[in-house]
Amino acid sequence: MSMDLPRRQFDTLVIGAGGGGLRAALQLAQADANVAVVSKVFPTRSHTVAAQGGINAALANVLPDNWHWHMYDTIKGSDYLGDQDAIEYMCRAASHLVVELEHAGVPFSRLDNGKIYQRPFGGQSQNFGGEQAARTCAAADRTGHVILHTLYQQNIRAKTHFFDEYFAIDLIRDDNGFILGVLVLEIETGEPLLIEAKTTLLATGGAGQLFRTNTNAHINTGDGLAMALRAGIPLQDMEFFQFHPTGVAGRGMLITEGARGEGGYLINKDGERFMERYAPHAKDLASRDVVSRAIFTEVKEGRGCGPDADYVLLKLDHLGKEVLDKRLPGICETSRTFLHIEPAEEPIPVYPTAHYTMGGIPTNRFGQVVVPVEQGEECIPGLYAVGECACVSVHGANRLGGNSLLDIVVFGRAAGNDIIQFLKNNRYHRKIDENSVQAALDHLHRWDKKDEGESVAGIRTDLQAVMEEYCGVFRTEEILKQGLEKVLEIEKRMEHVRLKDHSKIFNTARIEALEVENLLDLAVATVTSALARQESRGAHSRIDYPDRNDKQWLKHSLFFKEGRRLDYKPVTLQPLSVETFPPKPRVY
Amino acid sequence: MKFLIYRYDPESDKKPFMQTFELHSKDVQPGMMLRDALLKIKSRDETLAFRHSCGEGVCGSDAININGKNGLGCLTALSSLKEPIEVRPVPGMPIIRDLVVDMSQFFHHYRAVKPWLIVHDSEPEVEYLQSPEDRDKLDGLYECILCGCCSTACPSFWWNPDKFRGPAALLQSYRFLADSRDQATEERLEDLDGPYRMFRCHTIMNCTNVCPKGLNPSAAINNIKKLMVKDMV
Ligand SMILES: Cc1cc2nc3c(=O)[nH]c(=O)nc-3n(C[C@H](O)[C@H](O)[C@H](O)COP(=O)(O)OP(=O)(O)OC[C@H]3O[C@@H](n4cnc5c(N)ncnc54)[C@H](O)[C@@H]3O)c2cc1C
Ligand code: SF4
Repeated sequence: MSMDLPRRQFDTLVIGAGGGGLRAALQLAQADANVAVVSKVFPTRSHTVAAQGGINAALANVLPDNWHWHMYDTIKGSDYLGDQDAIEYMCRAASHLVVELEHAGVPFSRLDNGKIYQRPFGGQSQNFGGEQAARTCAAADRTGHVILHTLYQQNIRAKTHFFDEYFAIDLIRDDNGFILGVLVLEIETGEPLLIEAKTTLLATGGAGQLFRTNTNAHINTGDGLAMALRAGIPLQDMEFFQFHPTGVAGRGMLITEGARGEGGYLINKDGERFMERYAPHAKDLASRDVVSRAIFTEVKEGRGCGPDADYVLLKLDHLGKEVLDKRLPGICETSRTFLHIEPAEEPIPVYPTAHYTMGGIPTNRFGQVVVPVEQGEECIPGLYAVGECACVSVHGANRLGGNSLLDIVVFGRAAGNDIIQFLKNNRYHRKIDENSVQAALDHLHRWDKKDEGESVAGIRTDLQAVMEEYCGVFRTEEILKQGLEKVLEIEKRMEHVRLKDHSKIFNTARIEALEVENLLDLAVATVTSALARQESRGAHSRIDYPDRNDKQWLKHSLFFKEGRRLDYKPVTLQPLSVETFPPKPRVY
Repeated sequence: MKFLIYRYDPESDKKPFMQTFELHSKDVQPGMMLRDALLKIKSRDETLAFRHSCGEGVCGSDAININGKNGLGCLTALSSLKEPIEVRPVPGMPIIRDLVVDMSQFFHHYRAVKPWLIVHDSEPEVEYLQSPEDRDKLDGLYECILCGCCSTACPSFWWNPDKFRGPAALLQSYRFLADSRDQATEERLEDLDGPYRMFRCHTIMNCTNVCPKGLNPSAAINNIKKLMVKDMV
């Protein structure tokens, strides 16, 4: 069957047209590599478009700053789980890459002297833990939109080849472990296509759809992570999922941290500015995990607002209409449209909301996917990953706001450069492994079964509810155990799920089925990793193990699909050129 | 709540038809948007095809025609709509299936206006400087999400889809013309000259009336015309 499959060949293939994929593709196209980008939605619909607050770089346009301070903040923010070599690399590269984005056309907001506008964000400090820094470069509160559109525009200019609205199903891998390309599905026609490539870069974004209330787009189903799992590659640090403190309560739309960066603050039902109790120094601009736990605790202890006392309020009115219109027009629009609230007059109801996948496909700082071997690790030849689907790991146990847009451009570019080298040393396509192609086709055709069964939509809803209830902000052994049981039950039900719609042309039901399958694999990975980690670190808070335990747990988890096996690997504490920041108690 | 939805599956339907769906009042929560309703309907009938993603009006996927007017499903409150709510694909585009249209022509025009910053001078090591006043000139332009509501509401675009760039692409062109950093004014203006590419615009203003982001393509087109006049003298 796999023989009559249409095939295309490219030097290099990028799966995903968010900021990560597009930045890599640009590097490749500019080096005259024959590059194809596959995306399940038109590139500018990728979820990078939704990023609001900004991108971090120590430009020092507003307050004194340097990359070393940025590095310290990122390591502390990561609760010391971040790899210090990758973090140094990212923070050093930041200023150059932000300027490069500006040169490419990004319409950043401006200061009076004409330089790029920067705002304070959570977890930022001057001088290694001193005064608040202002490190986040912003275009009002639409920074992701401008970066994504600019990168797409530059790719059109560089003549990158796009496969828009093609869905990637599985990686093709041969017995020697080489990745040879991807089986994709053209959504418009419903026809599969094999894209062969000497290298494949996964840049498929995060998996926020694991949780019922989330700030993510419908398409953020972690497909690339699940593809890696199915190809035998482990996922790293999946227990660390970021809950953003300020999602619109009950609905999930994000209200950027930039709102607090501009001077907004949180209050409880007594009107108390409660963050002063939890983080006396940084207050509302403490790290996200800290603020989320504080809100959760306020609500749990009965100090929530509203008729059901189930949220807190984000107060912005004191900033004045002018600042709000100029600096935060997007979130004002969102409040008006969805809540009929005018932020210049009334506070916004907010609650911690699933936001960012810290874990992901393990890579080194060149974007190469790495797996453990007896002594150390080795690369999977031909496979790269960047962005939210990757775990390089610069975010460790908790990402700082503004560091993900930075992550995607820094490592998108780094991976592009490394791929150029790989292509120089690997001039020819390897022979395709037909068994692997057949396995991918079988995976797709599983959805052709026509007997009666449960619906995909029901599985998605139940899975999201279970994850929210059993794998949320605070966790315990008992809750996680129940959660795992429930997820495994859903996994069993999945075998009996059937499509009713077997048409070919633009069959969105089939796409959603493939997405829910992916989510399910990731749910198992997340809960299993969370259950095993008996400590509290960053976003992973265990009530039964309230402290960080560096002796036993200063290590990355690796989850393998086969047998739901866990393995661990050390955190890289050695930076590239400066001294290690040794783990310290983390206070804000 | 009653919906009339345009259905067409080229594999099984000889021709398009309108299908009625009802949502029970207990399924309709206050503050619900049209996209939420379409998702509810889809969970009952998975064959209904439409594009959508972010759910908050930033990705631009879900442009549809709602009670005769183009808009985004995710930003249109059910409470603002008269029943039965009639939902069709945006007009004037080839239909792929149900509410999904082929946007190739629309994106072709977008790419054709060279929507990227062109600077001939050599690059400095730091950012190009731009005063806040100059940056303000991009407000109302750079926010375009390429949803296509405007161009597909424009009669000139319906009649000359291959030659007229359409409001979205022209707004995009002006976004770069208005950018103090861009150095390709002449090239851009020359490219838009002639009877079709821009001058097919007859200021009908449908574009501005439907833009879900509150942008004003019509004014952008006028500004391009003004630049052309200035360029001539
Ligand atoms: C609301 C919101 C606000 C944010 N604000 C900020 C901020 O201010 N600053 C900051 O630093 N970070 C922010 N973040 C985080 C940041 O935006 C994301 O982590 C980052 O943009 C992810 O980029 P990416 O390129 O990895 O993935 P994405 O932009 O999510 O792109 C993924 C791409 O992969 C494609 N894809 C996925 N699966 C498949 C498949 N199976 N087949 C084909 N294609 C596929 C998609 O079509 C898409 O093109 C925010 C996140 C959210 C949700
Ligand atoms: S100008 Fe408005 S209507 Fe037209 S594509 Fe842009 S956002 Fe959509």
